[in-house]
Amino acid sequence: MTMIEAIREAHDVAMAADDRVVVFGEDVGFFGGVFRCTAGLQAKYGKSRCFDTPINESGIVGTAIGMAAYGLKPVIEIQFADYVYPAYDQIVSEAARLRHRSNADFTCPIVIRMPTGGGIFGGQTHSQSPEALFTHVSGLKVVVPSNPRDAKGLLLASIEDPDPVIFLEPKRLYNGPFDGYHDRPVTSWKKHPKGEVPEGNEIVPLGKASITREGSDVTVLAYGTMVYVAEAAAEATGVDAEVIDLRTLLPLDLDTITASVEKTGRCVIVHEATRTSGFGAELMCLVQESCFYHLEAPMIRVTGWDTPYPHAQEWEYFPGPARVGEALKKVMEG
Amino acid sequence: MSDDFPPLSLNVPEPGCRPGDTPDFSDFEIPRAGAVKRPPVDVEPDEIREMAFSIVRVLNKDGEAVGDWAGALTPEELREGLRHMLTLRAFDARMLIAQRQGKTSFYMQHLGEEAISCAFATALQPGDMNFPTYRQAGLLIAGGYPMLTMMNQIYSNAEDPLHGRQLPIMYSSKEHGFFSISGNLGTQFVQSVGWAMASAISGDTKIATGWIGDGSTAESDFHSAMVFASTYDAPVVLNIVNNQWAISTFQGIARGGVGTFAARGHGFGIASIRVDGNDYLAVHAVAKWAAERARRGYGPTLIEHVTYRAGGHSTSDDPSAYRDKNEAAAWPLGDPIERLKKHLITIGEWSEERHKQAEAEVMDTVIATQKKAEAIGTLGDGQAPSPRDMFEGVYETMPPHLIRQRQEAGY
Repeated sequence: MTMIEAIREAHDVAMAADDRVVVFGEDVGFFGGVFRCTAGLQAKYGKSRCFDTPINESGIVGTAIGMAAYGLKPVIEIQFADYVYPAYDQIVSEAARLRHRSNADFTCPIVIRMPTGGGIFGGQTHSQSPEALFTHVSGLKVVVPSNPRDAKGLLLASIEDPDPVIFLEPKRLYNGPFDGYHDRPVTSWKKHPKGEVPEGNEIVPLGKASITREGSDVTVLAYGTMVYVAEAAAEATGVDAEVIDLRTLLPLDLDTITASVEKTGRCVIVHEATRTSGFGAELMCLVQESCFYHLEAPMIRVTGWDTPYPHAQEWEYFPGPARVGEALKKVMEG
Repeated sequence: MSDDFPPLSLNVPEPGCRPGDTPDFSDFEIPRAGAVKRPPVDVEPDEIREMAFSIVRVLNKDGEAVGDWAGALTPEELREGLRHMLTLRAFDARMLIAQRQGKTSFYMQHLGEEAISCAFATALQPGDMNFPTYRQAGLLIAGGYPMLTMMNQIYSNAEDPLHGRQLPIMYSSKEHGFFSISGNLGTQFVQSVGWAMASAISGDTKIATGWIGDGSTAESDFHSAMVFASTYDAPVVLNIVNNQWAISTFQGIARGGVGTFAARGHGFGIASIRVDGNDYLAVHAVAKWAAERARRGYGPTLIEHVTYRAGGHSTSDDPSAYRDKNEAAAWPLGDPIERLKKHLITIGEWSEERHKQAEAEVMDTVIATQKKAEAIGTLGDGQAPSPRDMFEGVYETMPPHLIRQRQEAGY
């Protein structure tokens, strides 16, 4: 199934299992979301458990926090990650800190889903990757799935989680897989092994990375859409890269990263988000702190440029297999 | 088309009185007590539009309770209300001194606003949830929350239920229907609407109350709260405490050209009422009306409590720098404690002697409790929360990176 279908199914499983799960957001109810991730839920569970909201992200997150304080488990959609900023205060100052500041008198088990990343000609308002704005905040968890199987399992784990989770869904992967090249045809999720999604409530635990390609020359740290770019770059260059799909950025599976870098002695970090103060900086620092004496070469990060996400120049902005491939070759020379 | 436009100029509203000026509230229209009728709780918001421009008042100049909002409370309940307000005022006085003595870092008092949270608290039912700002401690005092626990929180001592993590007076008590105070402005207003929506989603009968100051109505979360409350007919009572001053900024800066803050509710189709916030009986009666309206499923109410912040914004504030020192005394709605006292004496249920005695008893209780709290500890002195507590409770289960940082810090 597609990632959209997997996400929809995760909602369905969670709503069937727990009356406290409520789902809402802009266009989420009757229509089922602009990407169709909540299609059919209102018809199945009724308007009080799946409904449309005013175009007001601060209100969507703010009411969700109040509902969580009451005892519900809201799973809410921000239509695009690019639209989350009006809700940032509610997320950072309220949801993330409620447990700590009240000593667990009140808690905030909410999931805030949002489509992220580019690759669909969305321009600067439908392409951003704001994960670093959330990984910097204590009290949040940040999840980025890269395939339908993980999307369902990670979303179910996020809904079960007792704390607020930012769930970033790479929209380039929603309807079909991505092989790293924007201009080549790909097989559909239906025929893709990671499009096989187990039925029922099978979770993928938060905080566990996945090694999607084993290798011995260099460790590539990636997540979301960039996992496929890293794999494509390894194939194209012949560099025996070990690709780690981080899956959860916060809390991070540092053990898997460390074990891999200690084995390969080299590390390339890839993300689509802008470079300066990006999550890659944190990853590079952590690898330096924990693996410095195993490193054979300076680490390299390949990222989006420090510009707004452009429209016509999308694929020049996007760190594709060519740029990642150059980094792989360069790190092998070091 | 003519092109002889004169240059534009920016309108920056100014208060009527700055330091050195003579306070003048003659433009402030105050209807006589009893003038505003009490509508049925299922009234259509459109039918009571004028209530957003008038003021519900029960106590008249002579201390009598008049009009159809009167009669909601027995003399015994009124005496209890008076005791709550006296307690809050004594508590504030002692904690202000404690802050000046360095026993805590920060304090915020209620001087002049005691009636609002004290009278409101008794209009709610167990299980209802308040989303307060930092100036509604009367909800706790009148709700029976232990004063010792409040002081432990203010002192951030070892018995502070919040383990020293939160600023003084940012209490939290789910058990007492008091949502954790954030300290950010306006954020809790929309959360109260969400809590109320959850009650409705769950088929419950509980209601929520949201609280915000006049200045913070300018925040976009005020609009968020109003539009969600309106759209979903949430069982919530939304309270604006208009105490005239947002730190140094007079209420006209947030209000702009609209007549009153309550009138903001009209655009959302929300029942909107102004009440004399210094009239214990009026606040209680309006709160009870709005709570019943919400609980019976007739939707939200916006209440503007008209009052005056007689003290500084916080212990970090010096109001004499921006408003005249005589303005509080000139405030035409008087002092809430004096007004309720006068009423009880007028109806033969109280006396000057009993009042003096009650004041002394209340102060004795506050001082005795303060001694207990200080015996445990004050900020930086005595038994304190462990630094380890700082790392606890960020998440339900401590993730590996926080465990490493806690170890690095030596705890």
